[in-house]
Amino acid sequence: MATTHTPESNVKIQDISPTRVKARRVAGRGLLYTLATMFALFAALPFAWMVLTVFKTNEDLYNPQNNPFIYNQPPTLDNLRLLWNDTNFPTFVANTLIVALLVVIITVVVVVPAAYSLVRLSSRWGESLGMLIFLVYLVPPTLLFIPMTGIIADLGLQNSKYAMVLVYPTFTIPFCTWLLMGFMRNFPWEIEEQAMIDGYSRLQAIWKTVIPIIIPGILTVIIFSFTLTLHEFVYSLAFVQASSDKTLSVGVFTELIRGDAYFWQSLMAAAAVIAFPVAFVYNMFLDRFVQGFTVGAVKG
Amino acid sequence: MAIVEVRNLVKQFSDEVTAVDNINIRTADGEFLVLLGPSGCGKSTLLRMLGGLEQPTSGDILIGDRVVTHLPPRARQIAMVFQSYALYPHMTVRNNIAFPLKAAKLTKEEQEKKIQWASSILGIDHLLKRKPGQLSGGQRQRVALARALVREPNVFLLDEPLSNLDAQMRASARDEIQMFQSQIGTTTIYVTHDQVEAMGMGHRIAVLNHGRIQQIGTPREIYETPANTFVATFVGSPPMNLVPHGNTLIGFRPENLKPVQGDVDIDNYLELRQDSIREEYLGSEKLVYGEINGIKAVARLAANHEVSHPEGSSARVMVHRRDIRVFDKESGEAIQQEPPRIITSSEPAAPSVPGFTPSPEQVVS
Amino acid sequence: MTARTASPSVAKAPREERYTFDNERVLGPLMLAPAIIYIVALVGFPLVLAVLYAFSTATAGDPRIDSWDDFVGLRNFRAVLNDGVFTKALRNTIFFTLASQAIVIVLANILSQIMLADFPGKKIFRFLVMLPWTTPIALSVLGWFWIFDSVYSPIDWLMRQMNLLGPGTMFGPARNMYWLGETELAQGAVLMIHVWRTLPLATVILLGGLTSIPNDINEAADIDGAGFWRKLFYIRLPLLLPIMAIAMLFSMIFTFTDLTVSLVLTRGGPVNDTQVLSSWAYFKGIQGGNLSQGAAVALFMLPVLIAIAIGMLRLARRGAND
Repeated sequence: MATTHTPESNVKIQDISPTRVKARRVAGRGLLYTLATMFALFAALPFAWMVLTVFKTNEDLYNPQNNPFIYNQPPTLDNLRLLWNDTNFPTFVANTLIVALLVVIITVVVVVPAAYSLVRLSSRWGESLGMLIFLVYLVPPTLLFIPMTGIIADLGLQNSKYAMVLVYPTFTIPFCTWLLMGFMRNFPWEIEEQAMIDGYSRLQAIWKTVIPIIIPGILTVIIFSFTLTLHEFVYSLAFVQASSDKTLSVGVFTELIRGDAYFWQSLMAAAAVIAFPVAFVYNMFLDRFVQGFTVGAVKG
Repeated sequence: MAIVEVRNLVKQFSDEVTAVDNINIRTADGEFLVLLGPSGCGKSTLLRMLGGLEQPTSGDILIGDRVVTHLPPRARQIAMVFQSYALYPHMTVRNNIAFPLKAAKLTKEEQEKKIQWASSILGIDHLLKRKPGQLSGGQRQRVALARALVREPNVFLLDEPLSNLDAQMRASARDEIQMFQSQIGTTTIYVTHDQVEAMGMGHRIAVLNHGRIQQIGTPREIYETPANTFVATFVGSPPMNLVPHGNTLIGFRPENLKPVQGDVDIDNYLELRQDSIREEYLGSEKLVYGEINGIKAVARLAANHEVSHPEGSSARVMVHRRDIRVFDKESGEAIQQEPPRIITSSEPAAPSVPGFTPSPEQVVS
Repeated sequence: MTARTASPSVAKAPREERYTFDNERVLGPLMLAPAIIYIVALVGFPLVLAVLYAFSTATAGDPRIDSWDDFVGLRNFRAVLNDGVFTKALRNTIFFTLASQAIVIVLANILSQIMLADFPGKKIFRFLVMLPWTTPIALSVLGWFWIFDSVYSPIDWLMRQMNLLGPGTMFGPARNMYWLGETELAQGAVLMIHVWRTLPLATVILLGGLTSIPNDINEAADIDGAGFWRKLFYIRLPLLLPIMAIAMLFSMIFTFTDLTVSLVLTRGGPVNDTQVLSSWAYFKGIQGGNLSQGAAVALFMLPVLIAIAIGMLRLARRGAND
């Protein structure tokens, strides 16, 4: 009977015992959590701070000896009351909402036909033109705000919130056109053609079959116009000096820091009250935002 | 009910791409015309131009003796069913069907009457409250047909309506559409790439390739007397055999290629030789593959045919002369003559015999 | 043909209407027109105006360019270059942009890897990490403003508790760091805030790119025995290059042109040490009312912007074509 030899293998198989694998995994996990916590702290620190400060009393806050991380005196709602009653905050809120509403309307009315035209009616150069329009979004307000101030002054809109209503669409339109084009690219256009065969003109077909189906896209346009409006600072700072027409981002900065008399808690309250809802909404639509940036750019 | 006519129709998408190249067709009133061809042959483009969804580069379209070339779809009184059925996803079945009626500004009662009428013909009365997303493929197709029917158009345009159905459904759907059309009697133009489908439906078939009509005729004409080698090989499965013979190509259908048993009646039959034979048993029939004059050829025999060939062998085969078609070697066009009786290349071709099929573009009254 | 199935007959009169609006060639441009008009009128025109202003005598009181006399050649540029702050502003702008970019790219790569993993509380984690970008910058900087306050800074308090600050300590003898009052500290603070703000954006763009790397490439590498580092350098990074270029393009543009951080945190101080081109343009043009000089300052941003954009897009295209 011949004995069979198994030749010695030249390849060394690493000795990986189960415990070693587990240990590596735990260490990896530990590293992950540590880093994650550090990043989260770094990002959220000022906001945690804001929220904490809102409810602090003056005696508590304006004492360098006090531990700033805890409530040395019981938290109070006085600062919120002060914000609403004794400052121009309500005016700022109203102005911002009016401006936002009007900007959203203008944006939707302009963007929906534009996106449709670029995707549906201009197949060959529509994509490139759409991307070009998106790049307009990148033209910085800090480059344009000086001549823009001149134009606004010329039009007599100086110090008026309608200056912002006029100018904000210059960045909401480019961005949202590209965004809506993304929604429309995969639209089943046969449905529109079917409507035209069924007896409707093109405009009617669009209204009755395209728009109802594209509603999520239009909603996203509304959301982004709204958040982009709330984020804006440079134009409103340049155009409006009168309190009556200021919007939130400018008003909070210029009016709630008055000389030596600090209204820090109210200031923080104002900041937090606006910042968190905007962030929350923006966060939900963040993926769409990134898609807008990367789809065109990498594909092109 | 109307006659559809297309005159010198051309569609060029760019300098290189000509989708439809000078097409002339005239249907009969109430005819079921099938546009058949491989993908990219221009049949869908032609249909879309009939529907008003594409503008022709030149030429004219007439529906019911009215020139509609530049009119939008809604002015043409046509109905179209897309491959995807294009049902409005956000509307119920009832509203889908009512949609064209609303465009025509009918009153609610009038709409209701027509909806009931159409949905009972198509057998979808019980589906009216549902939305397209809740329907099966076959149901969706019937809703699309109901929506087309309800307009009482002059012409139905159907773009590969069976492609989205699975094979089982396709056969019964084909039946339904045919019955539907003969019941309603509206002129119908039907696009497909499936030649079995085309042969089974339609009064006439227009075979297209490269944007041109290769032949228009009844299914029988197309099958038995193809106008060129493209039609000969596109229609029929397996396709017509085309082998070189003298300085032409001769064609014969697989079912007409028979094994020689005993003596050959050379007055009526042409004898040939098939080499490298390989048989394929398909249950209902058997296919005998091999080479004739150097070209692959197939014979179709009954499954239990007494003649059986071992693999790789050669055999004598024959074709009845009336089943042979002759084609020009270069152009592929059908030639109206009988093939030479003796297989020698030096012999001159026999004089042409009149009485063969007419030329490709046929005007049917 | 067989007899038709009768339908309830309804009289229908086909109407001849005008069909201009059905014409694609008319409708297309018409629907696009409002957007194009808006962009040309309110972006294109001001852009041209920005150049014109820089060569003119426009002020806030008299913003019109009425006649040829209003043009003064290079006078504004000379004035701007001579005032000493401009050079500081230019240097700061470049420094903040490049330095923050370098840091952000490294951190964004790490953070995007973290966000690929699955762990409890991930949604909240994402929300927190995105906060610097998703909140309006003018408001979030206010939080930092307090953190860096010269008297009440919590960092100072911590340092005092740890005996790092105060008489006889490492960072003393003062009891506060004067974050925003000391040149280097203020610059560091501005730099850090720029990193803090653009990190989420860069991360999220990178994430988009990472998730689009087909899994089979990763798996093939695993089978080939590639370790973590090898995978990183030979597979992930090269594939990510176009996406990283995009991320850097956008973050650089946002940092380079930003006005808010310098303005809200330090008002450009101390002594213009954190001034950047855009904030200086604001001080000159809006606060000072001298539109023409402000425009001249702002104009310096344009060539750099164009250069960044071209450079990055080219990189991205090259990476995508490989």
